[in-house]
Amino acid sequence: MGFHVNESQFDAWLTEQQKTYDIYAPKCFAGGNTFSDVDCIRYGKVNSISKIVFDQKSEYSFKEVLTPISQTLFFFTEEQCKEADPPKKGAIIFLRSCDLHALKRLDDMYLHNGPADYYYKRIRDNIKIVLIGCKHSFESCFCVSMGTNISENYDMSINVADGVYELNCKDVTWNQFFLDLGASRHLVVPDQVHENKTVVKIPVNLTADVARSSMWEQYNKRCINCGRCNFVCPTCTCFTMQDLYYTENAKVGERRRVWASCMVDGFTDVAGGGSYRKKNGERMRFKVLHKVLDYKQRNGYHMCVGCGRCDDICPEYISFSHCVNKLGDAMKEVTK
Amino acid sequence: MVRNDYIPFSSEILEVIKHTDIEYTFRMAFRGDVKPGQFFEVSIPKYGEAPISVSGIGDGFVDLTIRRVGKVTNEVFEHYVGDRLLMRGPYGNGFDLENYKGKELIIIAGGTGVSPVRGVISYFAEHADERKDMTLIAGFKSVKDLLFKDDFPYWREKMNVILTLDSGEETTEHKIGLVTKYIPDLKLQDVSKAVAIVVGPPAMMRFSVKGLLERGFREENIWISHERKMCCGLGKCGHCKVNDTYICLDGPVFNYTKGKTLID
Repeated sequence: MGFHVNESQFDAWLTEQQKTYDIYAPKCFAGGNTFSDVDCIRYGKVNSISKIVFDQKSEYSFKEVLTPISQTLFFFTEEQCKEADPPKKGAIIFLRSCDLHALKRLDDMYLHNGPADYYYKRIRDNIKIVLIGCKHSFESCFCVSMGTNISENYDMSINVADGVYELNCKDVTWNQFFLDLGASRHLVVPDQVHENKTVVKIPVNLTADVARSSMWEQYNKRCINCGRCNFVCPTCTCFTMQDLYYTENAKVGERRRVWASCMVDGFTDVAGGGSYRKKNGERMRFKVLHKVLDYKQRNGYHMCVGCGRCDDICPEYISFSHCVNKLGDAMKEVTK
Repeated sequence: MVRNDYIPFSSEILEVIKHTDIEYTFRMAFRGDVKPGQFFEVSIPKYGEAPISVSGIGDGFVDLTIRRVGKVTNEVFEHYVGDRLLMRGPYGNGFDLENYKGKELIIIAGGTGVSPVRGVISYFAEHADERKDMTLIAGFKSVKDLLFKDDFPYWREKMNVILTLDSGEETTEHKIGLVTKYIPDLKLQDVSKAVAIVVGPPAMMRFSVKGLLERGFREENIWISHERKMCCGLGKCGHCKVNDTYICLDGPVFNYTKGKTLID
């Protein structure tokens, strides 16, 4: 059902939902950017629609709701391992179409690549999605190139218009809530982008042979292997296991998994000092080909969703989309 | 309900076999299906987890041959018989013995690379009737780096064994030289049907496979096992991914036709 609601009506719905859900949405963290006196837009809990940032792209994605940056798996005591409790509430996540496509990638990694992940699934089973309509594309977005600009699998969508929020609701209990509230009914279609300024072309003849191209060498120096591109990416899922002990009692502690980056030193270290992909250019190649080649070979569709966050965050102004657009020439170079 | 695969079980150390100053085999209590070439995540609270391949399988136990080279393995060495370690697994595909049955078999292993194939060697030592001629080329850096010393006399009775060291003095027990040196002189009845397993450091595997191919081995008759940093063993953490392949799920044992395509 479609509705037009005002701020107080929407907040009434949020208040009702907060009994059973935490509400996660892009919000402004004043002064939270890596640059001084600059705000950071990232995900956090909200209790009012006025706190949700609709007019900017979040620098970090929604993924930390499902795969926390640092997630305690279990606690050690001297005699046993005790599983960490799940979040007390489910989650309603506000996200854009590209991110909703990213959720499919998270699902395929955590639920279908090997055995289903216990910790992911117990959060995943209790989330609902509110799709934020995109009236226009942001500078670095290339969702249209990646085919992620349209989504259907949401529980509700929201368009922000002048003084009114346009909702397309698929959840029957939510529909009833808005009807009871006296919200006016309208036909609503989520805002969609059909054109981006940034266009990306993945060569159809792309193979792993492109690893031999000289194009990767430029990243040896340009890239500083900080890993920010991985951390902002809504589809990057790597983690490292980490043990932690409490200073008050060294016999008690916990095992966590924390986000890891294939760009950062130590990612491939094996016992005795061996490691793979020592050069930053090799790491760039590994990451880029995962996003636009080998993930598809394994799963049947590309990993990259074209959100452009990696281009926005890179402190060295390395552009992933430019890199992908160089792959055609690189293939010519290696197949000469 | 999905199983929680991250919670380890506690296993008692039944025996400790010392090979070198830094390499011991820990015989761990374990009941369940396990194959040579598979691995366990071994952990000690506070120090973390490390993937360790199975170097022996027996009734009620698995052997884990561990080299003391890191944070976790250093701490493992502080434990002894009767102590307990945390484990989860086994993970990975392991060696499928059916691939080698009824065939001429060459196994080339270097250093700790002997661990994952030790189960295969032992099986075909005990079941010599299940294969044709068998040769083991095992290489170590020096005499003090020798692993599984106690196995070699028995293996020598059952198969052709070439034990070689990178450096030192030649004796009746061992030769001097890299494992690749012995590939050209391998006596083979029918190279087109012979099968081979190669496990060891990346360079050693590369050159050994090259030597086998030059002898006329078919690519599809060669198997290799990869070592990577496997943090989860469950296809999630991403550390062991190479191209579209997860070493922990799809490997660590690969037929060479697949293994050769893996570019780090």
